[in-house]
Amino acid sequence: MIINCPICGPREAAEYSYIGDATRVRPEADNIDLNSWSDYVHQRQNPRGNHHEHWQHSGACRSILCVTRDTLSHAISGVKLVGPYSEDTK
Amino acid sequence: MSRYSAFSLFKNALSGHKNWKRAWRAPEPQKKYDVIIIGGGGHGLATAYYLAKEHGITNVAVLEKGGLGSGNIGRNTTIIRSNYMLGANTRFYEHSMKLWEGLSNDLNYNMMFSQRGLINLAHTPGQMDAFSRRGNAMLMEGVDAELIDNQEVCRRVPGLYCGQNTRFPILGGLCQPRAGTARHDAVAWGYARGADQYGVDIIEHCEVIGFIKDGDTVTGVKTNRGEIFAPKIGVSVAGNTSTVMKLAGIDKLPIESHVLQAFVSEPLKPFLNTVVTYGAGHLYISQSDKGGLVFGGDLDGYNSYAQRGNLPIFEHVAAAAVTMFPVLSRLRLLRNWGGIMDMSMDGSPIICKGPLPGLYLNAGWCYGGFKATPAAGWCFAYTIAKDQPHPLNADFTLDRFYTGHELDEGGSGPYPGHQ
Ligand SMILES: Cc1cc2nc3c(=O)[nH]c(=O)nc-3n(C[C@H](O)[C@H](O)[C@H](O)COP(=O)(O)OP(=O)(O)OC[C@H]3O[C@@H](n4cnc5c(N)ncnc54)[C@H](O)[C@@H]3O)c2cc1C
Ligand SMILES: [Zn+2]
Repeated sequence: MIINCPICGPREAAEYSYIGDATRVRPEADNIDLNSWSDYVHQRQNPRGNHHEHWQHSGACRSILCVTRDTLSHAISGVKLVGPYSEDTK
Repeated sequence: MSRYSAFSLFKNALSGHKNWKRAWRAPEPQKKYDVIIIGGGGHGLATAYYLAKEHGITNVAVLEKGGLGSGNIGRNTTIIRSNYMLGANTRFYEHSMKLWEGLSNDLNYNMMFSQRGLINLAHTPGQMDAFSRRGNAMLMEGVDAELIDNQEVCRRVPGLYCGQNTRFPILGGLCQPRAGTARHDAVAWGYARGADQYGVDIIEHCEVIGFIKDGDTVTGVKTNRGEIFAPKIGVSVAGNTSTVMKLAGIDKLPIESHVLQAFVSEPLKPFLNTVVTYGAGHLYISQSDKGGLVFGGDLDGYNSYAQRGNLPIFEHVAAAAVTMFPVLSRLRLLRNWGGIMDMSMDGSPIICKGPLPGLYLNAGWCYGGFKATPAAGWCFAYTIAKDQPHPLNADFTLDRFYTGHELDEGGSGPYPGHQ
C-alpha cells in the first residue's frame, strides 16, 4: 500500500501510523451525556468499501491525513491534510 | 449414520476407500425452521450441534455463504489456551478447554487436539511480575499455570536463543501445560457431521442478503436461495458482523474488521514440541504434525475486508521468529494467507440476545475465537434456547460499552489490536 502524502509525496504505508475512523465526531467537552461519549469511543460503522480514516505520517513530516480507502481492495482514492494547514481551514 | 472407528477404517480400506459416505447431507433449504444460524464457521456449526444435543432443538438451519470452513475456522493458527486474567474470560475459556478435552470422543471425530503446552516469554522484570499476577489469577480460578525461569525455558525449548547477546534477552515465561493446538478443519467437519446427525440442515452456498422484519422484530432472512423464516435467528459471521447486521438496520457496533495473516514454512523434522509466544514483539509459533512451522503475529493494523495482508507484517513477524530461533534464518516460507477478524473495542467477545427482537448475536472474537469454538457454540445455543445468557456468557453483552463494564484484558483502551 502506498499513501501519497500531500507534503512528502508517495511513501509506503509502513511509514505511516494508523489512527482510525475519521467520521467519528467528538462530543463537546461540556457534553455530560455518557451515551454520546460511548458512541464516540466505541461504536463504528466499519464499512466494507470506502472508509474515511486518519493516518499520521509518523515516519516523516508527522502531519495527520484523512485518507479515503476501499477496505475490500485497499485502493486509495483520496488523501487530504487535516489540521491548520489543510484546504478546509485556508 | 455410521460411526468412525478402527474397524470402519479397516472395512473401507478393503474397498480402496471408495465407499465412504458423505459426512453431512446437502439439503435444500426449507421455508421455515425453529432456529436459523447465519454463518457456517466453527461457531455457527458448534451452536447448531449444542442446540440439538443440549436443548433438543433440531429443526435448525445453518446458512453458509461459501463452502464449509472457508472462513476463519479454516484460516487460523489453531492455538488453544485458557490463560486469561479477568474472571469472566478465565471461566469462559476454561469451560472451552474442558469441552476440547472431551471433544474428539463426543463428536466421534479426531480433532487431533494436542495439549503440548504454551509458553509466553517474558523479557523484562515488569513482564515477569505481570505474568506472576496473571498466573495466580488463573490458579485461583482452577486453571493450570506455571511461572518458569530462563533455564527452564531453555530446557523446554531447545532451539530458542536463551543467551544474553540480544536486544531483549529472555527472563522466563508463563506456561500453561494444558494449552495446545488442534486440527482446525476437523473442528468444522466434526461439528457439521455431529449437527447433521441430529437432523440440522447445513446449507452451503446460501448467502444472507437481507432480513425480513415485522416492525422491529426479525422474522426471517432473504438469501440467494429464497426466503427462510424462523422465530429465532443467530448471527455468527465473524469478520462480516458489521456487514450482516447493517442488513438488519443496525448501523454501528463496537467492532472493526481487521486482517490477520498466518504463515507456514516448509516442513522440518520435529523441532518444536510446544507453542511459544514472543514477549518483546508479537509472534506465536508452533509446529504442525506435517512439520511446517505455523506462525503469526500482529494485525496488519488498518480496517480491512480483504482476505490477504501486506508485506510489512510478514517482515516484522519473520524478524521476530528469527530473533527467537536464529536457526530458522534460512527456512523458506511455503504459504501465507489472511482472515478477517471481528475486533471488538475491548478485546472480549459478545454473546447475547438482541440487539433486535428475534435476533441473537455472537461476535467480537478478535484473534482468539478458535479456542473459544466449543464454549461459544455451547453458550450461544444456551442463550438462544433459553432466551437468556448462561452465567458463563452473562458479561459478554453489547451494552457493556455503555455501562462501563468493558472486559479489557490488556488494559489498553478501545483500540482494536492493542491487546
Ligand atoms: C490468521 C488467523 C489466525 C488465527 N489464529 C487463532 C489462534 O491461534 N487461536 C484462536 O483461538 N483463534 C485464532 N484465530 C481466530 C479464529 O479463527 C476466529 O476468531 C474464529 O474462527 C471465528 O469464528 P468462526 O469459526 O465461526 O468464523 P468463520 O469461520 O469466519 O465463520 C463465519 C462464517 O460466516 C459466513 N458468512 C459471512 N457472511 C455471511 C452471510 N451474509 N450469509 C451467510 N454466511 C455468511 C462466512 O462465509 C464464514 O464461513 C485466527 C484467525 C486468523 C484469520
Ligand atoms: Zn508526509
